[in-house]
Amino acid sequence: MMGIVGCGRDAEPPARTPSVEAGAAVSGDVPVSQQLPSRFRTIGRVATAKEIRAWDIDANAQGVGLPPGRGTYARGATLFAERCVACHGAHGEGIPPYPRLIGREPRDSFPFGRDAKYVKTIGNYWPYATTVFDYINRAMPLTAPGSQRADDVYSLVAFLLAENDVIGRESVVDAASLPKIHMPARDRFVRDDRTGGATFR
Amino acid sequence: MSDDTRVTRRALITGAAVAAGGVLLEKLPLGAQTAQSAAAQPDPSTVPGLGTTPTSARSPFETPARTPAGIITGPAYSPIHELTGTITPSDLVFERHHGGVAMIDPKKYKLLVHGLVDRAMVFTLDDLKQFPSVSRVHFLECSGNGRNAYRGATPELTPQMADGLTSNGEWTGVPLSLVLREAGVRKTATWFLGEGGDAAKLSRSIPIEKAWDDALLVYAFNGEALRPANGYPVRLFLPGYEANTCVKWLRRIKLVDQPNMSRDETAKYTDPLPNGTARQFSFVMDAKSVITRPTAPNRIKRGWHEISGLAWSGRGKITRVDVSTDGGQNWTAAELQAPIFSKAHTRFRWMWEWTGRPAVLMSRAVDETGYVQPSRAAFVAARGPGTDFHFNHIRAWTVSRDGDVRFGVDL
Repeated sequence: MMGIVGCGRDAEPPARTPSVEAGAAVSGDVPVSQQLPSRFRTIGRVATAKEIRAWDIDANAQGVGLPPGRGTYARGATLFAERCVACHGAHGEGIPPYPRLIGREPRDSFPFGRDAKYVKTIGNYWPYATTVFDYINRAMPLTAPGSQRADDVYSLVAFLLAENDVIGRESVVDAASLPKIHMPARDRFVRDDRTGGATFR
Repeated sequence: MSDDTRVTRRALITGAAVAAGGVLLEKLPLGAQTAQSAAAQPDPSTVPGLGTTPTSARSPFETPARTPAGIITGPAYSPIHELTGTITPSDLVFERHHGGVAMIDPKKYKLLVHGLVDRAMVFTLDDLKQFPSVSRVHFLECSGNGRNAYRGATPELTPQMADGLTSNGEWTGVPLSLVLREAGVRKTATWFLGEGGDAAKLSRSIPIEKAWDDALLVYAFNGEALRPANGYPVRLFLPGYEANTCVKWLRRIKLVDQPNMSRDETAKYTDPLPNGTARQFSFVMDAKSVITRPTAPNRIKRGWHEISGLAWSGRGKITRVDVSTDGGQNWTAAELQAPIFSKAHTRFRWMWEWTGRPAVLMSRAVDETGYVQPSRAAFVAARGPGTDFHFNHIRAWTVSRDGDVRFGVDL
């Protein structure tokens, strides 16, 4: 550890105990023992609203960030056949090395730790439906990531969730409905309890 | 130097007409002209050597290589069994991509910091280099490293294919905390999202505490700019955390009040356990050691051998590595190479006289938290045979009466 940078709040004399605006303690992983201002102000510039809009693509589990639009199973089935089957197969079975997407075997017993033979799919493993939108939207198809309209992404999500027996084929998927879908494996996920020390978990 | 001069120099080099001590190389014997020549001189002491070159190549007799997957989403394992010491040469650092290697023009590079901040900000590469810089030696290990040793292993498995998704070196960049101060992080921000500008736009949610601790935005490795395959021009670097979180080609940091639940923190990089749950946000790479020689496919002779390998922990410094030659019945502390850095590869060495009896070589790392690298049996019991990441159990290498060293499957 090289010492702690002083970085008092604006208009205050530099302090030895740094404080970020979040109020969290900086542990001191700052390389200099010099007294420095709370921020430099001369490095970087304010982002424009346009810059933020262009890149702010994430959607979280509460649905924050999901765009307007809606998708249907029928449209999704057509799109899947056009854009996805080359890697994921006609039935979402996956053409190695690309992953299987569809299937609930062995239903909802979540045996993946006990037995490696079960293949993880959206239906039997993914805990949040919003993730399906977020991932397809940002990264698929592999050859043209980010190219799909929101309606198309919602439709692919509707198709994949219905094929996984998570929703019915009549369901319309949009920003309001998607976060409310309870995925079969939702409650299987637990926070990391490893802490180092003598106990191996 | 003018552009014209540079072009001229390049042309000269291409023509292998570089002057060596005033003598043009093209006048020298064939085979002495380029460092790429595989022909050794019968007696190098009797003929002039080579001239200098803009960058130096390996001896043509040394061909360490990774294992390209041939697809844009796969891994390339580092040849850890052919490397010495602790620093991984930049061109042999392992790779694992999710949408291929992005090629980014540094002049167009931008990092957006936004979300729960007082001022959303944009930083260029030059901006980031204007901050106070730090250089730290740390390992970087893929969370899936060791899967080949855990499932479907064969005796022919090499250290490279078993555990080659780890590399180590000196990372240079700016503490993330300093960059965040410029934007002003709000009290409500409890996580941040790091996102790449590559085709996968890979994104991971990280607890904000890591930003205030030791997170870096790195732009250099081993004394030069990052290689494109390792995130040029800027990647997130979270010491001790699984490599997937160290987002390459970083283009966006968003301060948020909850994890995003992106694919790589839900569908992938989670650890299914035998009790029907899956561990999520299992960031830290626990202590691990691997012997890098003697290993498959070595054949050893009777006599003295150095058992050598690497140990590391995502929770701090390695404090001890024990070595066993009888399958874990007896252990002896190995020599550790100094200095030992926190969250970094640590070379261990131990001299062993092989008398010709069958042996089983093992190594066991201990870190400064008191964590002891688990046996395979303990690991399988706790994590289950189907678990998918963080394979840090003890590896075994069998030595036959003939001296053939092979991976100890399921030992």
